[in-house]
Amino acid sequence: MRQFSYLRPTGISDAVAALAAEPTAQLLAGGTNLVDLMKYDVAQPSAVIDINGLPLKEIEVLEDGAYRIGALTTNSQVAYDPRIARDVPLLSSAILAGASPQLRNAATSGGNLLQRTRCYYFYDPSTPCNKREPGSGCSAIGGINRIHAILGASEACIATHPSDMCVALAALDATVEVTGPTGARTIPFPDFHRLPGDHPERDNTLQRGEIVTGIRVEGGRFAAHHSYLKLRDRLSYAFALVSVAAALDLDGDTILDARVALGGVAHKPWRNPLAEAELAGQPATRDTFEAFARRLLSGAKGQGHNDFKIPMAEKAIVRALMQAASGRPQVQSEKRLR
Amino acid sequence: MDLGQPRAPSPTVPVTLTINGTNHSLDIPPFVTLLDLLRGNLALTGTKKGCDHGQCGACTVLVDGVRINSCLKFAVSLDGTEITTIEGLGTPDHLHPLQKAFVEHDAYQCGYCTPGQICSAAGLLSEGHAKSREEIRELMSGNLCRCGAYTNIADAIEDVMGAEGRETVREAAE
Ligand SMILES: Cc1cc2nc3c(=O)[nH]c(=O)nc-3n(C[C@H](O)[C@H](O)[C@H](O)COP(=O)(O)OP(=O)(O)OC[C@H]3O[C@@H](n4cnc5c(N)ncnc54)[C@H](O)[C@@H]3O)c2cc1C
Ligand code: SF4
Ligand code: FES
Ligand code: FES
Repeated sequence: MRQFSYLRPTGISDAVAALAAEPTAQLLAGGTNLVDLMKYDVAQPSAVIDINGLPLKEIEVLEDGAYRIGALTTNSQVAYDPRIARDVPLLSSAILAGASPQLRNAATSGGNLLQRTRCYYFYDPSTPCNKREPGSGCSAIGGINRIHAILGASEACIATHPSDMCVALAALDATVEVTGPTGARTIPFPDFHRLPGDHPERDNTLQRGEIVTGIRVEGGRFAAHHSYLKLRDRLSYAFALVSVAAALDLDGDTILDARVALGGVAHKPWRNPLAEAELAGQPATRDTFEAFARRLLSGAKGQGHNDFKIPMAEKAIVRALMQAASGRPQVQSEKRLR
Repeated sequence: MDLGQPRAPSPTVPVTLTINGTNHSLDIPPFVTLLDLLRGNLALTGTKKGCDHGQCGACTVLVDGVRINSCLKFAVSLDGTEITTIEGLGTPDHLHPLQKAFVEHDAYQCGYCTPGQICSAAGLLSEGHAKSREEIRELMSGNLCRCGAYTNIADAIEDVMGAEGRETVREAAE
């Protein structure tokens, strides 16, 4: 591993100043992604700014009843928080579908948002990769691309965002709170991650020197009808090939409101708010969900090895919505599909 | 804090760690992982390196009682914490209940994954989220075993969990 300088700021403004002063510096939270990428020489920070001393480890209830989840809360802390498990069970479930207990104990909410793709070529500095080295080319296009995107990809990059937590946050219309050299701002979840376009080296819309301080998410509304369904090569401890976060608000069998986000299929959690809006007033039936699934996947395009993801996603969307409608969400320790 | 120009690499950083009950004041280069510190500098070789990338669980230790993968932690980021490795859980004369149960249930073949499995199981027991065998299996999924001793590992943990359950019931009755 390359040498780097190590800093341990204790205040947010110190951390922001240090990050803004050195463009090649990187923040260290749980370390489960950054340390890994440094070992592969994919991440080469000149300075590592350890933010574990910052006061961002709480889950607070805000005046309007929403939750503010500090950036340094661990994935385990959030998933098992009794209030989150009760009011935002979709988020708990998605977190528990990811990684392993040890990793979730170390991984933080902020780091989870910022984790990088698991594209094999991105991880291998001996191969061309536009995300790692802009302009070098994309080895996955025409290469091995079984885990890659079927939606929103570009000619420059077909990588997917690997997070489970973010898929639930996208469905729940969370907002990301950040602080930078010019002050604080909030970013609606759909605007936080970006599609690759011509700049796959940029995963998100954070500006230089900005630090994620927290995530705001509403509770209650979809607690009765939700499901996080994750399909992968192993039954646990594997990244999603396709995942679905489904949330419904029902009046009897009639849909009042629906939110569906997909993971494992694009450079960011994938949603179609127009198609969701059209579900309002419709009956919560398989036919409705099948039509919706086709709509959500319109424009999907396989790269060869990952063509299977299109029919897999279609079935997973329907299954997750049926689970949500019946109030029987997928339980992550249960290895049969509900 | 100096916020001027790019800084020179930090040669070493002072840290204090309590490892298996013993205090250590160390000067460590920042790139040293907890796993390499334990196995190299401190010669505590019970903790194993399997993948070095968070993918196998062989390096699992407890930091302030919480199980983590020691291969993905820079030791300098753990200043002031208490670390427990397999050497700190039990001794040959006084085995930890999990160590005893692993022996009784033959919960290994080569034994390479075992220290990580046992530290992970200790973390699982104190977390208290596993209530069924299905949940034990899911919440032990961060520990791979190439020898495939999974069934016996789950048996051993279930055994200790059952004994702890009986213990709590007995205490409550007394
Ligand atoms: C073997 C393995 C399997 C995994 N499986 C899954 C899985 O199935 N599903 C899943 O969702 N995840 C999975 N993960 C990924 C894991 O969830 C992430 O590594 C973790 O969430 C990252 O959080 P961290 O705190 O450790 O981040 P770090 O490694 O500390 O940081 C990651 C990045 O985020 C930046 N960062 C951290 N905090 C902030 C902040 N507050 N503001 C701005 N930038 C910040 C860092 O600079 C760095 O670039 C897996 C990881 C491994 C190693
Ligand atoms: S898909 Fe993206 S991350 Fe993977 S090789 Fe191509 S450019 Fe790199
Ligand atoms: S050596 Fe740490 S997880 Fe494999
Ligand atoms: S006993 Fe050999 S790897 Fe588990």
